[in-house]
Amino acid sequence: MSMPFYVAVDQQMKDRADFAQKGIARGRSLVAVEYGAGVLLCAENPSRNLHKISEIYDRIGFGGVGRYNEYDQLRIAGIRHADLKGFTYSRDDVDSQALANLYAQIMGQIFTHETKPLEVEILVAAVGFRPEGNRLFHIRFDGSVTDEDGFAVLGGEAESIRERLKTSYAADQDLGAALRVAVAALAGPDRTLAADDLEVASLDRLPEGRCFRRLDDDEVAGLLGTAAAAPAGSEPPEPAEPGA
Amino acid sequence: MTLPSFSPGDDPGPSFTGLLARLEIPYGVPVVPVGAPGIAPGVEVPHGTTVVASKFADGVIMAGDRRATSGNLIAHRTMRKVFAADRWSGVAIAGAAGPAMDMVKLFQLQLQHYEKVEGHALSLEGKANQLSQMLKGNLPAAMQGMVVVPIFAGFDLHRGYGRLFAYDVTGGRYEEEDFVASGSGSLFARTAIKLGYSETNTRAQAVDLMIRALFVAADDDSATGGPDAVRRIFPIISVITERGYEELGEDEVADRFEAVLADQAARSNGGAAAGGDAS
Repeated sequence: MSMPFYVAVDQQMKDRADFAQKGIARGRSLVAVEYGAGVLLCAENPSRNLHKISEIYDRIGFGGVGRYNEYDQLRIAGIRHADLKGFTYSRDDVDSQALANLYAQIMGQIFTHETKPLEVEILVAAVGFRPEGNRLFHIRFDGSVTDEDGFAVLGGEAESIRERLKTSYAADQDLGAALRVAVAALAGPDRTLAADDLEVASLDRLPEGRCFRRLDDDEVAGLLGTAAAAPAGSEPPEPAEPGA
Repeated sequence: MTLPSFSPGDDPGPSFTGLLARLEIPYGVPVVPVGAPGIAPGVEVPHGTTVVASKFADGVIMAGDRRATSGNLIAHRTMRKVFAADRWSGVAIAGAAGPAMDMVKLFQLQLQHYEKVEGHALSLEGKANQLSQMLKGNLPAAMQGMVVVPIFAGFDLHRGYGRLFAYDVTGGRYEEEDFVASGSGSLFARTAIKLGYSETNTRAQAVDLMIRALFVAADDDSATGGPDAVRRIFPIISVITERGYEELGEDEVADRFEAVLADQAARSNGGAAAGGDAS
């Protein structure tokens, strides 16, 4: 039996992190912005079917960047966790923090133990019953979790997008303003993004039921002001599902 | 609670009951061996009674009274028997209340779980089949008296019209062309609907027809609850159209009930002119 070469632990971790970061940097970015009536999730995504943003539970949304198949597996595991927990206890007992911790645990485990770390970053976003109850958990490929306040940025160009958002973000905006800020930050100074380059969803602060709602291209275009329409941003959205 | 993940070979897919089975989490009524000690023959559990559904011009309408009975006693006066299954469909239940409500909860979850995992909802036919499979799973409990007989109704977005499904205890699924009733007062309710049914009924006509059917059922079946003006308990009525599932407000139902009762009273007085106490 041959002796494997000794590789220092810090070198090993660094190699893995470099590998994961390289994978993530290839994809496009995603931002989440808290606004007056909920949380807005917005990603640059030319695909209509391979979603970066999706629904986990009544008040919890999911965002993933990097390798699609990897974050999609995590998304489904999250839905299963949430639905099982709601079934076993009650719908009120499903919380975003427990889910974020589980994601962190599994991603950390894979990072240290598997041959290949996950090339993804994910976001667990939750809309509270009051604005201070909103949560944005950003989980990186190595399982490290950050609890972000106001907005979160995921993906390869996160640093520059974050800088742009820092100057343009304001609390308590309406949906349209929040979307314009998010899209401007995603695009940067040299590009403009149209509605069909974007995937947008919001977690609306409803008193109960499913808060997650996708915004279609027409609505996004309207909010971005590319169609010079009446300000539709502050309208309350229609409830997702009565009685369920 | 863990984060359930599976190898590609034995992934339960978008089915929530499949996931429960895969994780060996029990659901539904546990099967008790017949004749086991402690099972009294004729154990009384609350039973929900009459539910009705009918097509009308814009889609389907479903309604249920509010009474649950346990033997000769009234177990609950405000039981809900009509539920939204998801945005475009509803389910109404008759039979053993506990297992029935459990089944509704699991059914709603099953549809929502599928929708979230797959990214789009099941077809109406698929939803109807899911309910059928759940009933099949409940068959051992049904043999022990825990019979659940639901009605499923929804708006078929592919075909563009409302559809109705009736079931039997074995999970048999029967698509109905016009209307259906289930539960102890269903015989009377069905006859009442038959007399007023037309596929071109407007929403208002359909609401009145449901109210009349439940009123007639309550009149002749002791297990079906009539309107209770004192406590303000009225049937739950929902319509499902192109715009989705919508439950009528209590005030609207109360108003329609009053109008139907007044009409009924006027007819009775016409027959016996000196009756005089229906003011």
